[in-house]
Amino acid sequence: MAGLMAGFGNFTHAVVRGIPVSLAKEALRGKESEVDVAKARREHEAYVEVLRMRLGLEVVELPADESLPDCVFVEDAAVVCGDTALITRPGAESRRKETEAMKCALKELDLNIVEMTDETATLDGGDVLFTGREFFVGLSKRTNQRGAEILADAFKDYAVSTVPVLEGLHLKSFCSMGGPGLIVIGSSEPAQKALKTMQQMSDHRYDKLTVPDDLAANCIYMNLPNKGHVLLHCTADEFPESVKVLHSLLHMFTLPTPTLNIFATTYCPKVAPLALRNTIKTTQQGPQKDSRLFGGFILLNYQVTFLCCVSSNPNL
Amino acid sequence: MTTEAGTETEVKEKSEESAAQPDQSEKATEENQEVASAENVATEGEEKKEKDKEGKGISRFLPPWLKKQKSQSQVPGKETSPTKEAPRTQEAVAKVTEEEEGPAPAVNGHPEEVEEKEEVKLEQKRESPSKASADTQPAKEEKVEESAEKAPEEAKSTAEGEGAEEEKKEQKGEVEGEGEGETLTSIFQSPLRLVRKAKMKLVVCHVTLLDGTEFPCEVEKRAKGQYLFFKVCEHLNLLEKDYFGLTYKDNHEQRCWLDPTKEIKRQIRSNNWQFAFNVKFYPPDPSLLTEDITRYLLCLQLREDVASGRLPCSFVTHALLGSYTLQAELGDYEPEQPRPLDYISQLTFAPNQNKEMEEKILELYMSHRGMTPAQADSQFLENAKKLSMYGVDLHHAKDSEGVDIMLGVCANGLLVYKDRLRINRFAWPKILKISYKRNNFYIKIRPGEAEQFESTVGFKLPNHRSAKRLWKVCVENHSFFRLNTPEPPTKARFLTLGSKFRYSGRTQTQTRQASSLIDRPAPTFERTSSKRISRSLDGAPVISITEAGRDLASSAENGREPNLELPSDSKVQEVELSLGDVEATPTQSHGPTEPVLSQSPLRVHGDNIYVRHSNLMLEDHDKTQEEVLKHQASISQLKRSFMEAPPPSPPQPNQWEKRLTSSPATTLRIQQQQQQVVSVAQTEAAAADNTNSDTKEPGKTTEVEIEETVVIQEVSKATKPGHVTVTMAPPVTPPVQQEVREQEVKAAEEAVALEEAKAGKQESISSESESEEEAEYHPNVAASISHTQIPEEKEEEIEEEKREEDMKVENSYSTPDAASLPTVASQSAEAAAAEAEESRREEERGKKERAEEEERAEERETEESTEDPMVTPDETPNGHTLSEEGTAALVALAEEEKEPKMNGETSLAEAEPRPQVICCSEPPVVKTEMVTISDTFAAQKTEIATKEVPIVHTETKTITYEAAQLDGSADGEPGVLMTAQTITSESLCTTTTTHITKTLKGGLSETRIEKRIVITGDADIDHDQALAQAIKEAKEQHPDMSVTRVVVHKETELAEEED
Repeated sequence: MAGLMAGFGNFTHAVVRGIPVSLAKEALRGKESEVDVAKARREHEAYVEVLRMRLGLEVVELPADESLPDCVFVEDAAVVCGDTALITRPGAESRRKETEAMKCALKELDLNIVEMTDETATLDGGDVLFTGREFFVGLSKRTNQRGAEILADAFKDYAVSTVPVLEGLHLKSFCSMGGPGLIVIGSSEPAQKALKTMQQMSDHRYDKLTVPDDLAANCIYMNLPNKGHVLLHCTADEFPESVKVLHSLLHMFTLPTPTLNIFATTYCPKVAPLALRNTIKTTQQGPQKDSRLFGGFILLNYQVTFLCCVSSNPNL
Repeated sequence: MTTEAGTETEVKEKSEESAAQPDQSEKATEENQEVASAENVATEGEEKKEKDKEGKGISRFLPPWLKKQKSQSQVPGKETSPTKEAPRTQEAVAKVTEEEEGPAPAVNGHPEEVEEKEEVKLEQKRESPSKASADTQPAKEEKVEESAEKAPEEAKSTAEGEGAEEEKKEQKGEVEGEGEGETLTSIFQSPLRLVRKAKMKLVVCHVTLLDGTEFPCEVEKRAKGQYLFFKVCEHLNLLEKDYFGLTYKDNHEQRCWLDPTKEIKRQIRSNNWQFAFNVKFYPPDPSLLTEDITRYLLCLQLREDVASGRLPCSFVTHALLGSYTLQAELGDYEPEQPRPLDYISQLTFAPNQNKEMEEKILELYMSHRGMTPAQADSQFLENAKKLSMYGVDLHHAKDSEGVDIMLGVCANGLLVYKDRLRINRFAWPKILKISYKRNNFYIKIRPGEAEQFESTVGFKLPNHRSAKRLWKVCVENHSFFRLNTPEPPTKARFLTLGSKFRYSGRTQTQTRQASSLIDRPAPTFERTSSKRISRSLDGAPVISITEAGRDLASSAENGREPNLELPSDSKVQEVELSLGDVEATPTQSHGPTEPVLSQSPLRVHGDNIYVRHSNLMLEDHDKTQEEVLKHQASISQLKRSFMEAPPPSPPQPNQWEKRLTSSPATTLRIQQQQQQVVSVAQTEAAAADNTNSDTKEPGKTTEVEIEETVVIQEVSKATKPGHVTVTMAPPVTPPVQQEVREQEVKAAEEAVALEEAKAGKQESISSESESEEEAEYHPNVAASISHTQIPEEKEEEIEEEKREEDMKVENSYSTPDAASLPTVASQSAEAAAAEAEESRREEERGKKERAEEEERAEERETEESTEDPMVTPDETPNGHTLSEEGTAALVALAEEEKEPKMNGETSLAEAEPRPQVICCSEPPVVKTEMVTISDTFAAQKTEIATKEVPIVHTETKTITYEAAQLDGSADGEPGVLMTAQTITSESLCTTTTTHITKTLKGGLSETRIEKRIVITGDADIDHDQALAQAIKEAKEQHPDMSVTRVVVHKETELAEEED
């Protein structure tokens, strides 16, 4: 019988949200750049396609809301772990309402909803890194201490450590989990520093995989019932060097554990922040179950939901 | 998950490390003061036994009048542990010594001491009887198996023998507690005993157990924490006790850990003898625990932690843990049971429990069908251990900016929380030093890769008590989780001031090793229903008959006894509920006090093996010194291989052991022992005659065992400042005077002790004194024993000096008032004599008052204050005279004296070297002693014990050689005890007990090191060589000391001849 805290559990659902036209003009972003909404939508479609068809996830698609130009970045609106969903209070005022639709969707999934009502708290999901054993919360422009506390309260089983994010938007702007116990980290100084902090704060040891580009470190790892380990990452077109590094995981994981299936999904941060091109770079190695790592797959009767988010817009 | 895997790996690594130094850990394991620890029972028992022998042997030959004298050497903790052998031995020796020395060291001046001693003895006496009575089982059972071991008989007789002594003492006019005439009467008690008993002061301690029941336990008023703890463990039938501890509430309602090495009375301050049995060290991986009962107790603790909110967890986790709890306590869910929710709602699983949670719990509970209680417990633990706050001990503090934070101490290090967030973490390996000063708590951090300098992080705690408490917890956690063996309390070379508190128990490594030796059938125990956390039943319909039926059925399924025993009858209703069985009610009538466990200890016949370390047979060879020398190399090699060899632990049953094991009686006995190690040990300790105990072993084997005891007393006297030659402590600053030197000497001695400890096995040396003000601890894991430094220093101290020193002086005390009585006291956990403590405390009080005027008030508040020594450089310069020749002489002496072995005579030789040198060739040998043949005892015992056991007679001869004393301890002026320390170590073939006594006589400070080396071996070992080697080593270790006396005590047991 699997324990409650079986790391990542199994990913069954993905929640995505459409791209509003307003994204091009009104979305928050770090630097001005043209966004080709049509292209972005094509990429997003491809992305959803991968999630649904290739990965077999049940995808919950929320309609775009023109009044919420950034609503496509669903990652920030909620943090889901186990059977609990914490509806965040995004740091950007203009995004607060994004959580409403998210909350409804998650309720539908029968998750325990925890809302962040504290007016002083802010938290963007993009600052929350769940490693399977604990949380790291980046204290950034969008996330404050109070927000982190509430998160800690919502997920009492886990240690919640704070990590200062000095540069970049979110903690996950330069890092993410590449697998159980594996942190993919960018090579920039702030990224490396943050990694050090995380390593020091943790009782657990994490392997790290350093990719040349910070943005390429933003991946989505999931454990799928029928596919084994899956990593969604950027395409080689964007960050060829980083992708090479990511693909080295294939070998790494083949040794003791089932092959890692790598799916690549891409966004183009420079040109069109949200353009998601979905290119499948590698072939699937076949369904793998890793009972060593994920022993017992059933998390009681709880549905483990993966809140699959479009990678955050790095330019925001 | 990789992460988990990683962690596990770490663990493994650790264990591997530890494995790498099996010898050390072994030793440690062995000697851990917690001698009584059941796991080791065998081993330790053995050791003790041997010690006993020595002690008994020597004392036995002493004329009663001698015994009356109190010597300072007795000081070192008598009551230390239930195992009193060591102390006893020392005592005995001390007596002898005293006698020979004459008036010299006799310190009768301290009424306190006297008292203490008395009490100790009383305690001892009391123990055996209590044990007997406690065990509903007549001694007969024990005896049978006993053979190899100490039979209760022995204890009895010995105790009686002792009794005589004591009686005399009493008559002498020393009045100690008037007995509350305990009704401990048992068959075994001799009239003498009864008399003695009458003088005991007993106190009833109320210990709240993890299941919520209360266990009243009577202890002698001056008993140490250990005693009570052992009693409780015994009651619980718990062997893996190192993870647990007792807590009490101090005057400020703060929960404190009861220090096992200190008197309870001194710690609790108030007259509130209320304690709680708790998990002290949460095993990171509970699945590595050996016994289910241990896991069960851990579960109980965690349930409490979870229900109280101390261990936060999510809704789902609450539900899951609750469901496992139900499964463990109730067995499979019975569908027919009506309204299970009603029952569930009676129990508390979470601080914010609600209907929804209860439903979830039930739902999950139903899914656990088929799981045994043990499995359910395991699952419970598997989930609980992953909780982030598992095993984290939180302390309120403020950071440097005054922000409220929490400091969490855990297995991995120190965690810093702000609200619920972890904001920093200092793993043990990152921490170089832990210290506190007043209400500040500091950790010195190892510089990171990029950094050049170590940094110190400071936290403010509410008050100095909390700072100290935190510091102690850190020291203990570090030692337990990071070290292979506990740190020696004192290896100091340097003058150090402040608290020298150390963790005195076993480390996790050791306890795991010990646990691996547990070989008893799993004890049956009842999982009490969670009534301890139950709510009032009011309004709750009792789930009557139907449930009862089901309960019975289910329990039967689980292989449990139909009648669950609920230790507490406080809540009858509930009990009924949980039991669901009317029949259960009668059980309740036993009352909470009735230790169900102990009452029905499993006496299952199993292959219990008694570990005996030195079950070697001795053949004595008369050898010339040259021969001896020749063989020294081989011997040392032997030693080495010994130490390198895997822990003797996995007891390899030799023949007699096998025989033993084969007999059910043996099994019983062994179990009994394990369960009651404490009492056994004590009983044994009480035994004054070692011959007796000796007899038994050989009896079985029909082998001859010879024990040799060498007591080397090295006396260094500081007469003139100019004389001071301290080889061992180079960096002493000029201003430091006599005190310093003394300490140095001491340090040296300690070092020796350490070495020996390494060589040998033991380790349980805990230093006790703690400075209220501040203390330091250097967690240096890598170094393990010898390298780890945990010095605690006074402000005056120079840190640099310390750093220079590999070994830091941890326990040295000096008094500001040199003129009056500079006292340097150090204790070893095991041997710390009550008297010593007493006197020391008194003195320390005085010191403190002077030294610490500022915080005086505060200190007084705290109980510890009394015990915390302050070190102040003494004003009087003194020097030590060093003699090296002495040792050589000793060796020679020792050799010379060996001849009579074959006959089984023990020779007690006391050599009084002239001031500094003893000549080997012409030792001023005075044959003082008598030869005693203890046939009588032996015969008696053997007979009683077992018929299978061949009768063995032991002959003991003791010869004492004493060197002429310079100014002699003989100058009627009683010395003042400054320091007493006993360090014990054991290797396979030798046991070394070092007893360091410092006295101040006239203007002279005298440091005495008394080493007792016990060589036990079989035919393969050349005792002479071993002895010579031991003496040589001793000499090398104390180049600056002169040997004043050598006492060789040989015991030979002749089994075959007698038959």
